[in-house]
Amino acid sequence: MAERIIYATYEDDDVLKSSAKKLVSKGVRIAEVFSPFPIHGIDPIIGVKNTRLGIMAFLYGLTGLLLATVGMKYIMIDDWPMNVGGKPNGTYLENMLAFIPVTFEFTVMCAAHGMAITYLWKNKTLPGLPASNPHPRTTDDRFVMELRLSENNKFTTEELEDMLQTSGASELDFKYVK
Amino acid sequence: MEFKITKNANLFTIILMALGIVCTIVGVVLEMGHDHGHHLPQRLSGNLLINSFFFFGIAIASLFFLALKYATETAWYVAIKRVIEGVAGFLPFGVGLLLITFAYITLNDGAHIYLWMDEEIVKHDEIIQGKAFYLSKTFFWIRTLVYVTIYLLYYWGFRKRSLLEDQVGGTELHYKNYKKGATFLVFFAVFSSTSAWDWIMSIDVHWFSTLFGWYVFSGMWCTAMIVMVILTLYLKRLGHLERVNENHIHDIGKWVFAISFLWSYLWFSQFMLIWFANIPEETTYFVTRIAHFKVLYFGMFLINFVFPMVLLMSRDAKRHSGLLIFVGLIVFFGHWMDTYIMVMGGSMGENASIGFMEIGLLLLILGLFVRVILTSLTKAPLDVKNHPYLEESIHHEV
Repeated sequence: MAERIIYATYEDDDVLKSSAKKLVSKGVRIAEVFSPFPIHGIDPIIGVKNTRLGIMAFLYGLTGLLLATVGMKYIMIDDWPMNVGGKPNGTYLENMLAFIPVTFEFTVMCAAHGMAITYLWKNKTLPGLPASNPHPRTTDDRFVMELRLSENNKFTTEELEDMLQTSGASELDFKYVK
Repeated sequence: MEFKITKNANLFTIILMALGIVCTIVGVVLEMGHDHGHHLPQRLSGNLLINSFFFFGIAIASLFFLALKYATETAWYVAIKRVIEGVAGFLPFGVGLLLITFAYITLNDGAHIYLWMDEEIVKHDEIIQGKAFYLSKTFFWIRTLVYVTIYLLYYWGFRKRSLLEDQVGGTELHYKNYKKGATFLVFFAVFSSTSAWDWIMSIDVHWFSTLFGWYVFSGMWCTAMIVMVILTLYLKRLGHLERVNENHIHDIGKWVFAISFLWSYLWFSQFMLIWFANIPEETTYFVTRIAHFKVLYFGMFLINFVFPMVLLMSRDAKRHSGLLIFVGLIVFFGHWMDTYIMVMGGSMGENASIGFMEIGLLLLILGLFVRVILTSLTKAPLDVKNHPYLEESIHHEV
């Protein structure tokens, strides 16, 4: 099915925010907002759910902890027991203190890299991916609201256009997706 | 709405203090009978030092927190500013308790707490003789008086300007606070370390650690954040602090979480480096503590580290008042235990035990602490006016 998308451009984030509030209260669904910086308080208005990145960070961290422990147990104890400064090297537990800094660093590294990659992947902004913002100026000084007609069956195109224009949008663009 | 001490809180603090006095007297009498009262001065002054330093530490750490907020021109804290000032309001009493303790110890020639105050011991100890310039009664008192005078002057200055700001407003006072906060941080950066060396580290007079000051300071800071979060939740429950919403609670919860990590990090850094280098003059500190306080010492570390980490990790937990109070109370006593082992590990050693005197003095000074804080909260409106960032704090969202 062909999809019709309206891009409403705003010149001020406050105008966009109040306009989004008005539109949502009338029952319009806003698919996405593009902005050069995070607009404080826009998430609950357009219905973005709380991020679950924190849970993923915890899981990545746990992975790092596990990998570091298993790796050091094998490398430093089982495969080739190393005598560093005469520290006990019979079991992992006896020498645990020496391993904690590495475990900590590896946990942090896995959590941080995992989080960054997940974030870029979910935002479709991994290096090399094509830009998904409708207008280059949304990385500079314009704020764009995306409305999909298939999600707004209750309204006609004219009604939506009218609402957007009266709410302060400086420019309206249309796009057809096959 | 003006804050008034409720009947329950009034009764609670009086019972705490009365119970504390009774337990302390029982403890002193028991100690007099034990071993011909040989350990009485040591145990009594040790306990005085633990509790006066612990509660003084909470007050000075909240004054530090306030100065930090001034110096960084933070906005979110404005809604709980009077809570921070309330906790810092214990400072004059904490200073008083500390000075009484030091006077008692000095008059008893160190009371086997500060061995370097005892001339008989110094005569036969070359290591202490080498530190005689720094660790002498006169210089110790000069330093102590300099620290507490500067702390108190800053406290009274901040308090005066905070109350004045309610009336006159404007940004002049704000920038003055900004400057004063920054200079306080400079003083505190040095004094927090040196005062920890003087007051606590000199108990283990042969031992030294450059990291010790930060370790002690992070413990005080963590406890101060716990007291702030519990006090804020208590006042919210009574219907005060209408401007404080769950976002502010979340932020204080984050501080508790973060500073617990700072403390654990410093504790571990000190322990691991000394364990790894394994130099006898450095390991004595841990050898005595592991010999006499093994369960308490490691138990205290695990509680203070694992409880906040596991229970306060998620976002929802930091917004849950019951969980914050539960973790807070446990870690509060965990840090008291830390101070207990710092002092008793170097002085009483194998003779130390938690009895009537320990519990009594803790209850007595805890009761006084709560009472003084609540009283200082009644002296000014709980909601500040005219702070330049007030509006931003009200709309704070995380």
